[in-house]
Amino acid sequence: MKFLSQSFTIFWKDVLIEYRTKDALTSMLMFGLLVILMFHFAFEPDGQETERFGPGLLWMTFIFAGILGLNRSFAGERENDSLQGLLMAPTDWGTIFLGKMLANLVFMLIADGVILLCFALFFNFDLLPRIGWLSLITLLGTLAFVSVGTILSAIAMNTRMSEVMLPVLLIPVVLPAVVGAVESTAAVFTDPPGEALGFWLRFLVVYNVIFVTLPFLLFDFVLEE
Amino acid sequence: MKSPNHQTQPCVQVEHVEKWFGHTVALQGVSLTVHPGDFVVFLGRNGAGKSTLLRVIARIVKPNGGRVYVCGIDVLKNPEKIRSRLGFVAHSSFLYRHLTAFENLLFFAKLYQMRHPEGRIQETLHWVGLEKQAHRQIGGFSRGMQQRLAIARAVLHGPEILLLDEPFAGLDFEAAELLGQWLKDFVGNQKTVIMATHDLEQGLEGAGRWAIVEHGRIVEEMREGYASVREKYKRFLRERPREIS
Repeated sequence: MKFLSQSFTIFWKDVLIEYRTKDALTSMLMFGLLVILMFHFAFEPDGQETERFGPGLLWMTFIFAGILGLNRSFAGERENDSLQGLLMAPTDWGTIFLGKMLANLVFMLIADGVILLCFALFFNFDLLPRIGWLSLITLLGTLAFVSVGTILSAIAMNTRMSEVMLPVLLIPVVLPAVVGAVESTAAVFTDPPGEALGFWLRFLVVYNVIFVTLPFLLFDFVLEE
Repeated sequence: MKSPNHQTQPCVQVEHVEKWFGHTVALQGVSLTVHPGDFVVFLGRNGAGKSTLLRVIARIVKPNGGRVYVCGIDVLKNPEKIRSRLGFVAHSSFLYRHLTAFENLLFFAKLYQMRHPEGRIQETLHWVGLEKQAHRQIGGFSRGMQQRLAIARAVLHGPEILLLDEPFAGLDFEAAELLGQWLKDFVGNQKTVIMATHDLEQGLEGAGRWAIVEHGRIVEEMREGYASVREKYKRFLRERPREIS
């Protein structure tokens, strides 16, 4: 109970700061919308092309918009050395990971939702019949991404050129989850959903079990100087 | 200055602590015993190992060798338990500039699992003279106000030991005087202060123990008054000029 309440305290602090600054959400949404717009005008895709390229385009936008958000995740903790204040608190440092990861998840899911809506609008994609599956895939793919991304942004925070370092570290690790998310999204884009959907969803669940647990266990070592 | 009670169990015990970062040795076999009511000052140049020693005591940094006990608890085995007994004030405030003064303290009160902390927060804000600024975001606070709030954050949960790392850096004269007075009051209540500084000019009148740290070792310990230590430390600096690599 103590663990969860301390994690929630950290989560809520990040939400409150984001509500006031809108740093992460603004950059994620602006980037996402611009990418969708650029692809719309560059390709003017028809239904078949949307089915073929849409899943990859969608996840590429999610991932790169998400990286912008993750770069902000620990940037706020560098100001006034706030991270030291968190480290000094009588908490298991796993609470910092959980609180930050949940905040990143919420911010990224909001951005994903808006990007998905814009995608449907600009690519004439009928979202409503697929909204259930797409929500589940987006949740699983995003959870995998932010879980790995949160720990790696804590590592990148202390490096020179941290904004470059984060994608360099993150993309190779989340690549399997991205492939799983793209493949399951592609399966949902066809009507009826392809048979591969079940396999890729199970794959995403397994990836999440491993890559939510591992960063949680390793976070102490990352924060240790 | 109240004399510390040396009959009681030490509140901080550092035994042969070693710490290195890569090839850089930060602490080499440091041993130290601090009793409740002590006001200990680590003196030394930048990079001597003073801050690392404070961080090892707070178990933000894990030592490579040796043992550290705070209130009889091994910091390696139970870091969470010892941190609830410590307050930490550094040059940085550890606060969030987009939160108000009240929200900042409420955040830390919740992390420290304080029950119904609102009253205590108001009381602490009043103590540091920031009650009228309680609902202002601290981004607009002066350095002195931020440091006062940092002190409020550090003492909010009623720590037994206050660790201070260059707390006077950047403070104006008035804020430094106030901080010096608070430290004396804190020690007067049989609580313990351990401070690291390279600046002998501010807020050290209440200190009773001094340790000069050089190259990760405690090279000299003194139990003398401020004026005498000031002269000795100046002589020390003259006799051992900084090695410039």
